[in-house]
Amino acid sequence: MVRVEFLGPIQKEALEIEAATLHDVAAALQNDAEVKDWLETCAVAVNDTLVKSLDTALKSGDKVSLLPPVCGG
Amino acid sequence: MLELFDGPVPVEEILVRWYRDEAGSNYGAYIPFIGTIRDEDEISGLSFDIYEPILESWFNAWQEKAKEAGAILKMAHSRGDVPLHTSSYIAAVFSPKRKVALKMINDFVEDFKASAPIWKYDLKDGKRLYAADRSTPISGSGLLGE
Repeated sequence: MVRVEFLGPIQKEALEIEAATLHDVAAALQNDAEVKDWLETCAVAVNDTLVKSLDTALKSGDKVSLLPPVCGG
Repeated sequence: MLELFDGPVPVEEILVRWYRDEAGSNYGAYIPFIGTIRDEDEISGLSFDIYEPILESWFNAWQEKAKEAGAILKMAHSRGDVPLHTSSYIAAVFSPKRKVALKMINDFVEDFKASAPIWKYDLKDGKRLYAADRSTPISGSGLLGE
């Protein structure tokens, strides 16, 4: 199982899902009405490192974080 | 050095402390940028969420870049609510020469705005409203929507 966390303004509790790559996470979240609309604008981190490929491999215990648009300062 | 505070950043204490900490380091330039909450759009203040693990790695990468230029960076930011006319952000560069520091403070703050994992909310009418229209997707966003 991987843990999917939603940061900042996305008001959603973390999920535990079965996923071998980020393709599986994308498929699961695209069917989730609460987060579907965030996906186009969110960056993705695996174990706190930003990633840029859906082919990123996942193993049990990994943490996937969704980071919506930012505005510090 | 990255410092986070619950509520406003203590500007005077920080600026003086950073100045003293580097007084013997032989830097010719100390250039701080201070962000202060303005009275606009009927807000009573701003509020911030921070994701610290990625903020730290982002900041550490910048510190390495500064080091290559013979400079150092310092940054302080608020968590939670920050009232009008107080400050939520200080960034500063120390470097041997002025020109390096002036360019670096600009580049650093620009990348901070685009990349640092911090989320801003307007405090208005007792509500905490995500500042979606002023926010920027981090580079590479949209992966999961493909």
